[in-house]
Amino acid sequence: MSVRLRVSLVFAGALVAIALIAAYLVGYLAQSPPEVQGASGTNAQLTLQTVAAISSGDRPDWVSYLVKDPSGQWVHSTTWKVPANSVIHVTVYQFDSASQLRNPFWAQPQGIIPSSFMVNGTAMDSIKTETASHTFAIPELGVSVPLQGIPDGAKNPCSSAPCDVASDHQTITFSFRTGAPGKYRWQCFVPCGAGYIYGNGGPMSTIGFMGGFVEVG
Amino acid sequence: MDDGRGSRNHFVRVGVIWLVATLVVEAGLLLWLGPHMPPFRASAQASEQANTNILLAGLAIPVLILVWVFVGYSIAVFRRQGEGDGPPIRGHYRTQVAWVVSSASIVLFLAGYGSYVLMISAYGVGGGQGPDPAAVPAGQTMEVQVIAQQWGFTYRYPTFGGVETQQLVLPAGQLVELHVTSIDVIHSFWAYEIGVKADANPGQDNITFVKPGEVAPFQIRCAELCGLWHGYMNGTGQVVSRATFDSWVATQQADNAAATAQLPPYAHVYLPVPAVVRGG
Amino acid sequence: MQRPTWRRLIGFNLLGGLVLAAAGFIIGWLLGARISSLLSDHVSTFGANWFINQSDENDIALLLGYAFGLIGWLGGLGFLNYPLARIAGRPPSFPAEDTGIGIGRYFRMNTNHKVVGIQYLIVVLALFFIGGLNAMLIRAELLQPTPWLWQPDRYLTLVGLHGTMMLMIMSAGVLGPFGNYLVPIMIGSRGMAFPRIEALSFWLTPAAGIVLLSTLFLGGYQTGWTGYAPLSDQSRLGMDAYLMAFTLIGLSMVLVGLNLITTIVNMRAPGMTWSRLPIFCWGVLSTGILMVLSPLTFAAALFMVALDRTSATNFFITSVGGSPYLYENLFWFFGHPEVYILALPGFGIVLELMPVFARKPLFGYRLAVAAMLGVAILSFMVWQHHLFVSGINAALRPFYMLTTELISIPTGFVFLVAIGTLWRGRIELAVPMLFCLAFLFNFLIGGISGVFVSDVPSDVTLHGSYFVLAHFHYTIMGGLVFAFFAGIYYWFPKMTGYRLNERLAKLHFWGMFLGFNGTFLPLFAAGLLDMPRRVITYNVNLQGINDFASISAFVLGLSMLVFLINFIYSWVVARVPAVGNFWGSRSVEWLLPSPPTMWESPVFVSGPYEYGVPDAPPMATFVGQGIKS
Repeated sequence: MSVRLRVSLVFAGALVAIALIAAYLVGYLAQSPPEVQGASGTNAQLTLQTVAAISSGDRPDWVSYLVKDPSGQWVHSTTWKVPANSVIHVTVYQFDSASQLRNPFWAQPQGIIPSSFMVNGTAMDSIKTETASHTFAIPELGVSVPLQGIPDGAKNPCSSAPCDVASDHQTITFSFRTGAPGKYRWQCFVPCGAGYIYGNGGPMSTIGFMGGFVEVG
Repeated sequence: MDDGRGSRNHFVRVGVIWLVATLVVEAGLLLWLGPHMPPFRASAQASEQANTNILLAGLAIPVLILVWVFVGYSIAVFRRQGEGDGPPIRGHYRTQVAWVVSSASIVLFLAGYGSYVLMISAYGVGGGQGPDPAAVPAGQTMEVQVIAQQWGFTYRYPTFGGVETQQLVLPAGQLVELHVTSIDVIHSFWAYEIGVKADANPGQDNITFVKPGEVAPFQIRCAELCGLWHGYMNGTGQVVSRATFDSWVATQQADNAAATAQLPPYAHVYLPVPAVVRGG
Repeated sequence: MQRPTWRRLIGFNLLGGLVLAAAGFIIGWLLGARISSLLSDHVSTFGANWFINQSDENDIALLLGYAFGLIGWLGGLGFLNYPLARIAGRPPSFPAEDTGIGIGRYFRMNTNHKVVGIQYLIVVLALFFIGGLNAMLIRAELLQPTPWLWQPDRYLTLVGLHGTMMLMIMSAGVLGPFGNYLVPIMIGSRGMAFPRIEALSFWLTPAAGIVLLSTLFLGGYQTGWTGYAPLSDQSRLGMDAYLMAFTLIGLSMVLVGLNLITTIVNMRAPGMTWSRLPIFCWGVLSTGILMVLSPLTFAAALFMVALDRTSATNFFITSVGGSPYLYENLFWFFGHPEVYILALPGFGIVLELMPVFARKPLFGYRLAVAAMLGVAILSFMVWQHHLFVSGINAALRPFYMLTTELISIPTGFVFLVAIGTLWRGRIELAVPMLFCLAFLFNFLIGGISGVFVSDVPSDVTLHGSYFVLAHFHYTIMGGLVFAFFAGIYYWFPKMTGYRLNERLAKLHFWGMFLGFNGTFLPLFAAGLLDMPRRVITYNVNLQGINDFASISAFVLGLSMLVFLINFIYSWVVARVPAVGNFWGSRSVEWLLPSPPTMWESPVFVSGPYEYGVPDAPPMATFVGQGIKS
């Protein structure tokens, strides 16, 4: 082998290595869900829906949230921006069926503005632990709100996300206060990853489905 | 330089360097670092841990410096000039015996001392001891349960109506019996300043004792990889005065009445029923 | 006459292996998909404990795909020719020992121990650099106390990949390249005891690497290298890649260990008595014992996790009768010997090289042997020190504290042997010696910090914190990897016939030494100040420490790049021939040309460390006719 051939082999090898590294970085690692401006203003309104199956993307049968962006469109994302030092009024349209809370403690709303928790317009202090479908929880802010599921045998369940309010659903509203700017995680305390032992795998363990960030600021 | 006297001179020089360096560093350890040795001294258990850390550091320093000085001196002095080889020394009986005896004594002393602290003087030193503790301190304990789940800790106070809370608050000077358990995967409950660490195993009660000393907040973290939000599974606990504790726990009982009504009866382990194991 | 290139590519070689592996994977996948759809049709008959494999997360299909892919891989490489011929009653169609030259021999199943050594060296380095790249990405994320580069699930996958890759690869990091290449030469054997097993142990390694990296297409895994159950039971499909990869490496480790033990025990040339055996071979032998005895318990644990994931056996699910302690015990019964698998070869290399560059016989040869065997035996009795705060039988903790601390006695022998060898020597600070001295420096810190974590009162705070992380990086990275590079700088000319550039080598050394210590020394403090392992967030007051560590880690990474450039440049471009015994070594491999191409049966007449002994004869005389090897 001539020197020139050997040197060009080295260069070719280096290029291949760099290309593989670049593919490695952007192919899986650098993916993240889009940021969506969920709410703005001092009396901000954050509108969400939870669906049993997101119906699109690489895991169409996984449970997830959708958020209403400023133009009123439903967007599948789990990174939501909300203003700092304000009251956030949250409305969740809950289309998923009930499973059960592992820890019944979360059946009672925590860390929200007192008496702001309403299910279908009725003020409540807690829900039945068997009826919980999800919880909306931002543990660093102490916030956790149970989301009641639609009853078994509902006549008109939502078939494809984003769901329309004509389908069976529960409407949950509550308000909480944000403090200093920062990036706070949210999760669900109902083991809702169907098909995984303990229910905490799959969507529960993947950013972009049942886990994400609330960007305050 | 290869005769016996040359060798002895080298030994003496290394010995002097070692002694001086050791004394200086030991003094630094005791005077400068010792009073601030992690995990600080917010509880009796944390104090014992800090003491052990100081002791271990104190014993480590002479050993570290001994090896470094010998190697460093050799590199500096015994350099190759020209082609010659060193003296064909294949061993030195007395040195080898002295090394074996001294390292074995240090090690046996440490194991003995560690066992004494663990079992007798500090009653488990804040480490998890399982459902059947081997070292139990005397005195009236207050039972508090730590329930770990993916991804958060909650706390249950069986002597206060089994109320469950999001914060851990402990009265100062009270010997506390923590029962750590998990309702899904393995976690580890780490309360840093008060020197507590106990794995939270599903279906297993892990008991540890702690006697917090002063009124101060402490860090709580999960120390065993438990999945997606492991890095976020943390919080702040409080050691407060007895009066503050009493009023806090009364408020919690009132605020969380709706949740408490739905909780299962207080138990040392909570096993999710198989249908819930499946999830979904 | 040479066949055209396309014709030479067809046959039992790497390409055949890849093609048949892909075919096998598809067959296995389809089979598994069929099985699981049959199962889920009848799921109601299995009762509530059964859980369904989702259509797009089908563990049965994936694991069967891996299993069939492995068969295809080995078949395509030609490993099945011999057994299939025997089953068919035909004379075995196994190729004779491959003594060919040319680059093609490295891409086939090859039973020549020198070819396997080079194959191992390349694969180990490639996977080591992939693992190292992950470390860079982890440290880049930790520049900030909150997530800024990667999402938490990606970050945990990076952490798991880094740990698994390094633990898997570096277990064979020394025994693979140097053990296979050098041990037969050092003991005067023509090859290894089981050449086909030798080839098999190698070809399982790249398969494990590929399988592990496939986790990136399967959602990764969030369990770290320990893969604790039941977290691994609930993880996504990427977990199966970890299970399969570690099983393959475990199998490979058993085979390597078995082969090297048999070779050293049975195939020593005349005159190679136990007391003349180079200390490197003792290191290999004691590592081999650990490699044969420990990985199978872990393979059993991995198999249980795979069954839990595919068949709902619930070995580790407490509510239906399982126990997570079972996994922890099985894992650490392997896991602790494993960390000595990662230390003993380092002892071997360092003590082998010290006499060469101190120009003195090894001080306390028997003590060194006792150290290695003592560590090997004791390492089976300490595993529960990883479970000091787990609540498992608390009354046993003093026992495990004692056994763990006892290990520091034989480990201490290594330092006495090293100091005794250096003392009054004629020290030459060649590059391999620099790495050996750095090994002493780092491993001492690693060993002493090990005493802290072995002591239960201290371990209550330190367990699961960055202190532990810094401790084992000091022993593995600061120990084994420094020794590994000492070995590369020392033996690379012997193995390839070309010298490495010394200036770049020194640059590499200083970058690596300073970068390494700059990275991990501060992390002891981070652990003492309340930073748990594997977190993506940490307290803001620790950002200074973490930033310093990260920047040092980048220096470390750059020094590795310098090595890589040196390695490729010296081997492929510059090609400065290595002539003669330029290290002045007395060991037998340096009596042979570089690389050794002929085997003439040696008779050993003297030990390997007769430095400074007047009129000491060369280690061996050669009596054979010279067989091409």
